[in-house]
Amino acid sequence: MTTLHQLGVAEATQALHSGQISSVELTQACLQRIEQCESELHTFITLIPERALELAEAADKKLIHLRRSGDSVPPLLGLPIAIKDVLCLAGVRCTCGSKILENFIPPFNATAVQKLLDAGVVPLGKTNTDEFAMGSSTENSAYGPTHNPWDTSRVPGGSSGGSAAAVAASMTPCALGSDTGGSVRQPASFCGVTGLKPTYGRVSRYGLVAYGSSLDCVGCLARSAQDVEILFHLMAGYDELDATTLEEPIPQAVCVDDVSLKGLKLGIPREYFVSGVQPSVEQAVRRAITELGNLGAEVCEINLPHTHYALPVYYIISPSEASANLARYDGIRYGPREANKSLRELYFETRGKRFGAEVKRRIMLGTYALSAGYYDAYYGQAQKVRTLIKRDFDKAFEKVDAIAAPVAPTTAFKLDEHCDDPLAMYLEDVFTLPANLAGVPGLAFPVGLDEQQLPIGMQLMAAPFREDVVLKMAHAYQQVSQWHILKPPLGEEGNKR
Amino acid sequence: MSLTPQQVDHIAELARLSLTPQEKEQFREQLSSILDYFAQLQQVDTSSIAPTSSVLPPRSRLREDVPREGLSHQQAMSNAPQVEKGQYRVPPIFEP
Repeated sequence: MTTLHQLGVAEATQALHSGQISSVELTQACLQRIEQCESELHTFITLIPERALELAEAADKKLIHLRRSGDSVPPLLGLPIAIKDVLCLAGVRCTCGSKILENFIPPFNATAVQKLLDAGVVPLGKTNTDEFAMGSSTENSAYGPTHNPWDTSRVPGGSSGGSAAAVAASMTPCALGSDTGGSVRQPASFCGVTGLKPTYGRVSRYGLVAYGSSLDCVGCLARSAQDVEILFHLMAGYDELDATTLEEPIPQAVCVDDVSLKGLKLGIPREYFVSGVQPSVEQAVRRAITELGNLGAEVCEINLPHTHYALPVYYIISPSEASANLARYDGIRYGPREANKSLRELYFETRGKRFGAEVKRRIMLGTYALSAGYYDAYYGQAQKVRTLIKRDFDKAFEKVDAIAAPVAPTTAFKLDEHCDDPLAMYLEDVFTLPANLAGVPGLAFPVGLDEQQLPIGMQLMAAPFREDVVLKMAHAYQQVSQWHILKPPLGEEGNKR
Repeated sequence: MSLTPQQVDHIAELARLSLTPQEKEQFREQLSSILDYFAQLQQVDTSSIAPTSSVLPPRSRLREDVPREGLSHQQAMSNAPQVEKGQYRVPPIFEP
């Protein structure tokens, strides 16, 4: 039997609208579930239970009023949500997983957050993240790591690891994340949930704390493609506060009954099925591809010949952009201040003491790649190879509607496994980086469990602004499979295995 | 390639980061091996390829220049570690 806190977005909003459940009941159920599991998982940096319950009460009053008057109900009125701690929620501290923002209270909402608040959501708190979203395991958080609900000795992936673990553990029906190089998709894969990285420019980045500005995307995580689609449609669209958003119309909902994949072509890139991929991951992804074929999609092999270069290109471009974006943390306008004798000392000490190791490493890397004498060899060359990677995708999408691949080469790894070797950690992102470099949408969703009962994720990518294609395919798959319904063995409510 | 300690100092100086001797040595080793890995990019012939700085079509967008409400002075200053008379207080900029 599904208990209240396990309801998905579509089910919960329907039950709220019809008056079967109240927002206070649902919010309390989520808060209780959080209380039950949080000491094991550590998914939140900041919890706001009082504020959530106040909002839930207000939502219930409004729901009763609107039901009586017959006026239209905001689509997510009363629905709990978790927000990654790199997106600003006015009045609630936003740490970005960093000690340099440990007391930063944003006076405004991120546009994506504002749009969902307008739709009626009830934020439960701010979820854990690698510091400034730099990492693939959520171990780089200055507030301690998040644990994977499927096996608490393992990482949840990252950087949106808190959001993914919270959704997987049914602490919240849905969560917001951000994806610069895979930070929504990889944790979604490791935790067995569905996560969307939209097209670059589709969702406003206003109020998303900047990491790599030509790559950053606001995304969302939930327990089905249908639930992800609901959130995505409400967040998407042009925003005059973000000049990189585009006016592209938002497509019709495609996660509906009787969905057919007839007429859709699915490309399988050879470069993503190489040695180094865990055999059970490859097998599960290939089985899911066969299933998509059974559902009507036409499957063919394709080539993305420059895939191999995505990793070095990404790890030059993103630290370069980060080194510029993080120059603003200087101890003057926000955050704590270290040393106060001279301005120079203030800068050096505040940044040196308050940034964590990975952030410093990337600032150093980016500063070097942009410095006089090295700019052309590193940053300039990386931008040119980025053009080649993007062209690979442009060419592929002339032939196919979507591309299928593993999300990551492996399932969730152990805590501390990659901590001493940054390059080994970077290699975890090898299959998710290309979508960010090309700006195309990517969706991760569960397609199996490995030998150790850890979730395996598949990734679908489509041409810019064709999120509808990947959502439709994942939804069709979820109509005939059960992987997205499985719950981790946590707090005595896992699946009997 | 291997970074020298002097190069590490120079990068940290540019980035305004105070680093401990241990951090400097660790970053020197790690950044050297990461840069070695990046060397493969030099093999790609990009002589006729334009760089991609953004995946978006190049364009500029204009709007009417009309005044509107923004953050209040107090809101904008609300996170500052040191404020005096409504302004950010900083230590001396020019050193004697």
